[in-house]
Amino acid sequence: MGLISHEAVPGVITTRLRRLVNWSRKSSLWYMLFGIACCAIEMMATGASRYDFDRFGMIFRASPRQSDLMIVPGTVNEKMADRIKVLYDQMAEPRWVLAMGGCAVNGGPYHGEYNIVDGVDKVVPVDVYVPGCPPRPEALMHGVLLLQDKIMREGIEIPQPARG
Amino acid sequence: MAETAVTGTPPQETAKPAVHELFVNMGPQHPSTHGVLRVMLKVDGERILDADADVGYLHRCFEKIAERRSVTMVIPYTDRTDYLAAITSEWAYVMAAEKLLGVEVPERAEYIRVIVGELQRIASHLIWFGAFALDLGATTAFLYAWREREYLLDIFQKLTGARMLYNYLRVGGVRNDLYDGFADDVHRFLKQLEEKLREYHDLLTGNRIFETRTKGIGVITAEQAIAWGASGPVLRGSGVPHDLRKAHPYSVYDRFEFGIPVGEDGDVYSRYVVRMQEFYESMRIVRQALRDIPGGPWQGDVPRRMKLNGDVYTRIESPRGEVGVYLVGDGSDTPYRCHYRSPCFVHLQLLGPMGVGHLVADMVAIIGSIDIVMGEVDR
Repeated sequence: MGLISHEAVPGVITTRLRRLVNWSRKSSLWYMLFGIACCAIEMMATGASRYDFDRFGMIFRASPRQSDLMIVPGTVNEKMADRIKVLYDQMAEPRWVLAMGGCAVNGGPYHGEYNIVDGVDKVVPVDVYVPGCPPRPEALMHGVLLLQDKIMREGIEIPQPARG
Repeated sequence: MAETAVTGTPPQETAKPAVHELFVNMGPQHPSTHGVLRVMLKVDGERILDADADVGYLHRCFEKIAERRSVTMVIPYTDRTDYLAAITSEWAYVMAAEKLLGVEVPERAEYIRVIVGELQRIASHLIWFGAFALDLGATTAFLYAWREREYLLDIFQKLTGARMLYNYLRVGGVRNDLYDGFADDVHRFLKQLEEKLREYHDLLTGNRIFETRTKGIGVITAEQAIAWGASGPVLRGSGVPHDLRKAHPYSVYDRFEFGIPVGEDGDVYSRYVVRMQEFYESMRIVRQALRDIPGGPWQGDVPRRMKLNGDVYTRIESPRGEVGVYLVGDGSDTPYRCHYRSPCFVHLQLLGPMGVGHLVADMVAIIGSIDIVMGEVDR
């Protein structure tokens, strides 16, 4: 992590608080189990035996209240867009969104159709875009690694007193 | 009642606990609705009084898109309707186009279609097995099923280049021939699967917790299933031996020997048994097809511009039931209308009759047992 001083006590490291907080955040990204379409199957495959998301400290949670990362795996249509907004609002900060697959990135094969929201970024802010139809599990894992890099570069917010 | 008879007073209304109707919303974000299904439950405490499905959260304009794409360009979109069994969705569509165009499919292509179609059925049932077990709380079975599926996907990937959505079938044949060593790969996989299926049976079949959760739950009688238009394992689970591969053989299915597994009680457990048996029947078909597959071309002659005329309805047996495509052509090279008959859409209507009287937790088992794919329901 940080710079290890040669004169320091063995077993003690020095680092910045920002790095420590970001490191702990990126190491246990709990993602919301929220399958929309085809990409959800690849997301489940990434979480299952061969690809094993647990290695990244990523465990699926069924509730948005407990999750840090919303992977949007599939086509977002007009009827679904409201629900995604609600789910995003229910997640506790800090929260991240990963748009998985062509549909969530910009509509993909369904771009411009009458019922399709062209990209989930029209509804919620997106941190990482993973293209593909559907993306391979390796691609999704790459996206997660990119997100971890991004988290490491984030500043931490000083907690404000609770507003009445 | 005996006391009231003695005293002569009428039976009191308050003796029965009052029904407190409560509306419970399940989904679209729910871990066990297999996608974005929303079920509206009317409950009294934990008992379900009525269940209704709200669909449309994955409506992707497939039928409208098909009207603006050429015949071949529709095939990738059919993949994305039933994404767990992409091959069978493609198959129904290309069969319809072939009938309208009068295209002859070479025998080798038909055999390849049967092989990949049945392997796809195995892959789809593996996902069903894993997801269904996960819904009931059996996490291990989920991991086991996905392990085997990955080996199958390796074969698909070598053959078609994709893991899930293959775009492999073409009007008049298939895109490419089987690769060298395909038969060995498949035989090795089937041998492995046969061993692992024993593990699956050890995990769930006969497991008391599993049987308590599934036996007598979501019962649908044979008459009801026929009346509602059910097909596939839901119909067969109710004891009706109807399988399009036998009843109206398409492709070269009339050349293979296989049985139709039939359930007895029409409950969740029967549908589980039917699907578990279908693994073995699919394996039998694949082995016979690999034995008998002839040489020759894998793609027939097709007109350069495919102009559709007239209308046709084709149907095939997908892992979920009867998938039908109604294709209308008006002389141009795009379909005038392409309607997709989805088995899951029909089965969703059965949620009410199946769920009434059971607990909310049983609804999860019922949804898992009809193996819903929302991409196919909403299209």
